[in-house]
Amino acid sequence: MNRLIVAVLCGLLFGAGMVVSDMINPARVLAFLDVTGAWDPSLAFVMGGALIPSAIAYLIRRRMETPVAAETFHVPESRTIDTPLVGGAVLFGLGWGLVGLCPGPALAALTTGAWQAFVFVGALVAGMALFRLTLDRNA
Amino acid sequence: MPEPISFVWPLAGGLLVGLSAGLYLLLNGRVAGISGLTAAATGLSKGAPRTLDLLFIAGLLGGAALASALIRRPEVQITSDIWLLVLGGLIVGFGTRWGSGCTSGHGVCGLARLSPRSIVATGVFMAVAALTVFVTRHLLGGLA
Repeated sequence: MNRLIVAVLCGLLFGAGMVVSDMINPARVLAFLDVTGAWDPSLAFVMGGALIPSAIAYLIRRRMETPVAAETFHVPESRTIDTPLVGGAVLFGLGWGLVGLCPGPALAALTTGAWQAFVFVGALVAGMALFRLTLDRNA
Repeated sequence: MPEPISFVWPLAGGLLVGLSAGLYLLLNGRVAGISGLTAAATGLSKGAPRTLDLLFIAGLLGGAALASALIRRPEVQITSDIWLLVLGGLIVGFGTRWGSGCTSGHGVCGLARLSPRSIVATGVFMAVAALTVFVTRHLLGGLA
């Protein structure tokens, strides 16, 4: 199987998942994160549902030498808990909690034509560029 | 406030996301992490095969558009003003790169393989996000 086709196919499934699950709606995400308020727990099923096939795949992977359509596995092996990991997670959590959009749903929301999604994704890419120009420069 | 939905939708959507992540691993040998894919597709990361990343994102946009047309019409309810969107986008972009992942890479792929880094990252970003909502909604009285 061609790995370019795999990328498109997996993208299609992922994008459909954003819409079907309602992760695409920031109001739903913020209601899920509002654990002390009018908590909407429905999005816990997204994570639960996603972990089932994903975990099965990672179990199957242990028995495979190489992926089906590519030469090698590119899965991070590091186990070090360091400042970048935690600092980055803190910043990401802050931004996610302020707006209710994380990268996958933000990209999916572009297809609704909502101007807010375009502003957010533009700023998201700018934030990635800022990282590339600062902390990532010598790495 | 969004209308309540049946748990079947989030569960079905989650299964689609997990299927995507699982197939991407077994077929292409890669982590389906959207922040990493976005950085690679826009030329903001080191030496990755950008064509694959661009195709994944093109597929993601196509999948979202198709599902919106054929399966369920999504509502995107955003109350944030433009400055909050800019600020939020900037720190999500910077933070996901610094922390090497977001909800998909750490949350779905990392937890599935019990990566200690991803377990810590997911715990931290979920806790900080919930705390941020608590502060903005219940202490500051509704920023978002």
